[in-house]
Amino acid sequence: MVDTNTSEIDKIVDKYHGDKGALIQVLLDIQQKERWLSKDSLCRVSDKLCVPLTWVYHAATFYKAFSLEPRGRHTATVCLGTACHVRGAPILLDRVSQKLNVGPNQTTKDQKFTLTTVNCLGCCALGPVLVIDESYYSNPSGAELDKIVNSYS
Amino acid sequence: MTKIKTQQDLENIRKRNQEQYAGKKIITLCSATGCRPYGVVKISDVFAQELKKQNLTGHASGRSAVADKVILRNSGCHGFCERGPIAVISPDEICYMGIKLEDVPEIISETIIGGRKIERLMYKDANGNVVPLASDIPFYKGQKRIILANNTQIDPANIEDYIGVGGYSALAKVLASMSPDDVLLKIKEANLRGRGGGGFPAGQKWETTKNAPEKTKYVVVNADEGDPGAFMNCSVLEGNPHSVLEGLIIAGYTIGAKEGFLYVRQEYPLALAKILKAIDDAEVYGLLGDNIFGSKFSFKVRVHRGAGAFVSGESSALMTAIEGRVGEPRLKYIKTAVSGLWEKPTNLNNVETYANVPLIINNGVDWFKSIGTKDNYGTKVFSLVGKVKNSGLVEVPLGTSLRKIIFDIGGGMKDGKKFKAVQTGGPSGGCLPENKLDLPVDFDELTKAGSMMGSGGMIIMDEESCMVDVAKYFVKFLSEESCGKCIPCREGISQMLDILTRITEGKGKEGDVELLLDIADLLGASLCALGTTAANPVLSTIKYFRSEYDAHIKEKRCPAHVCKALTAYYINPDKCTGCMVCLKQCPVNSITGERKMVHVIDQETCTKCGTCFEVCPKRFRAVDKISPESKLPPHHSIGRPVE
Repeated sequence: MVDTNTSEIDKIVDKYHGDKGALIQVLLDIQQKERWLSKDSLCRVSDKLCVPLTWVYHAATFYKAFSLEPRGRHTATVCLGTACHVRGAPILLDRVSQKLNVGPNQTTKDQKFTLTTVNCLGCCALGPVLVIDESYYSNPSGAELDKIVNSYS
Repeated sequence: MTKIKTQQDLENIRKRNQEQYAGKKIITLCSATGCRPYGVVKISDVFAQELKKQNLTGHASGRSAVADKVILRNSGCHGFCERGPIAVISPDEICYMGIKLEDVPEIISETIIGGRKIERLMYKDANGNVVPLASDIPFYKGQKRIILANNTQIDPANIEDYIGVGGYSALAKVLASMSPDDVLLKIKEANLRGRGGGGFPAGQKWETTKNAPEKTKYVVVNADEGDPGAFMNCSVLEGNPHSVLEGLIIAGYTIGAKEGFLYVRQEYPLALAKILKAIDDAEVYGLLGDNIFGSKFSFKVRVHRGAGAFVSGESSALMTAIEGRVGEPRLKYIKTAVSGLWEKPTNLNNVETYANVPLIINNGVDWFKSIGTKDNYGTKVFSLVGKVKNSGLVEVPLGTSLRKIIFDIGGGMKDGKKFKAVQTGGPSGGCLPENKLDLPVDFDELTKAGSMMGSGGMIIMDEESCMVDVAKYFVKFLSEESCGKCIPCREGISQMLDILTRITEGKGKEGDVELLLDIADLLGASLCALGTTAANPVLSTIKYFRSEYDAHIKEKRCPAHVCKALTAYYINPDKCTGCMVCLKQCPVNSITGERKMVHVIDQETCTKCGTCFEVCPKRFRAVDKISPESKLPPHHSIGRPVE
């Protein structure tokens, strides 16, 4: 289990000058930095922003961007938008899922990858699309997928 | 940088910007999100390095500089995404498509230095003739680009490029010579209708907000763009963010708001980066902040990132999210124009709606109304995607037919397949069949046919799409995105999904379609449009593709061979040559065989991933999809020698 870095949480909250309206922005920044939202970080945000913990928890469980479990070092996202769907996204998702040996919203045992899905990335003409961190791949074949996955440490 | 205070200051920057480009070659390389899978970031780097190596630029940043002989400009989306990466070389406007890394040195030596065209990188028409100019390419020729026009003319990270093409002149005109009532009259006369899907008259909304009896008011840009398959707003924000800002500031002035918000989905990191940069630059140049253009009007803008919830794109939900709470819709017996953000009057419009505002101010109401049809004025940007030859962003006058968009501009069906359906309006829309292709695309006509224009997503489907699966896809999406607040939506969508899942798994029964229709009625009582329109994909597919539902239910057959539970993969022994390609790539080792022995799929362990079907060499096409599974030939555990 990854420890929560409280001082990093405080820095993020301070950036928004204690504005309650920035709750979701704070959580987004923490998710990006820590790769998850731990119980400690939710409690810390609740204290610092003076927002009830239930509100914080509500937001953390409502939005897809947030994870209450540690995510892997790399996030592999398969787009399931309509254009990608008609171009075979479910097959690509199966393929990636088989390759990584995890299902959507699960993390590999070695914490290397978390597999997620998204409902549109905006590259519909190249669907189906796989994104790993900030790299985009258009309809990788099985062999290409092997190469891609093995290139990440 | 001295802040812009007068129209003359603006004009001086415009002239300076245009002068620095005069006499130079400009390489405008599409660097939008849609081109990222093509590796355009690396291509841009190589362009910059090569230009520097040849002493054609003083630096490799891609920004213009007076001393450079050649400017490399990283622009937003050019629209013809199917043919990316695209670069347009000015001043001759030569258009190169499908550029690879290894083409870059040749483009520089041949075209930039040598002035010669590279034909293999150009578009070829149906007769094989080369079409060098972008404006002559049928994809572009059939469009009327007013919102997207400047995407190919500017670096979106350079505010002076935007000013150079006339940007912020509408704001200058408004603040110098128009009262808020004058602007409001123009927007009302133009009958600008909301481009986010609702089609509500923007002028009416602005007026309600303006007249609401509260001193503090807000204006909001909805850049959540949650419809899957839609990336119009993404491309406007990435390619021309200042056009949206300018429209927003004018709206703020008209309504009496001092603060605006942009709600941008976090799945669009590049669009976010571009709009944040645009806001920073606008503040530096005095186009945001206090006393804009020396007037009494002050305005500031904040960006709020979404966090992955489709329902938060609904206007009241979006405002709740900006307030820092979970973005669920509210009851709207009091409109958000009267009581919105923090219970203050708030005007919310879509990205594309705001981008139309400076154009109407500068070109006039008559100009705007000369485009489109009665009560449907102006253009609409569509993301034309799916099984169409020319996938990309298309902008046409409202009232253009589906047929023209899909077949003339879109080039028709990919891979010679037959057209089956066009899905518009996202999860709130429906699927229309071939006999509806002559319908005009506008706010009204598609709705009468059981779909809607929506925000502009247009997904083309061929014979390989199962319409029951498509209905299930949208209902599944909505079931995950429903906030759960109201019973009709929460329970109704969940029940629809159960029924559709059963049907696609071969467990459909008589009466299921009638049950779906009953639930569809109930959904009309939902709190927000997510629920009230949720039945549209189901209703339209039942209306136009009833036979597919019947095949799934009565025969356990999926005519399109999509539904896994109803489809088997089978290697045709008369076509298999025993080449072992599929055998080696099957991820679950379900294929047995040897070289020159017919391969056999073990149906017990096959996961129907489709890999064998994809990798079987096209000259053999030995893998068949069979539905219903009862039609599978008898299984032989060991294949015979190839004949």
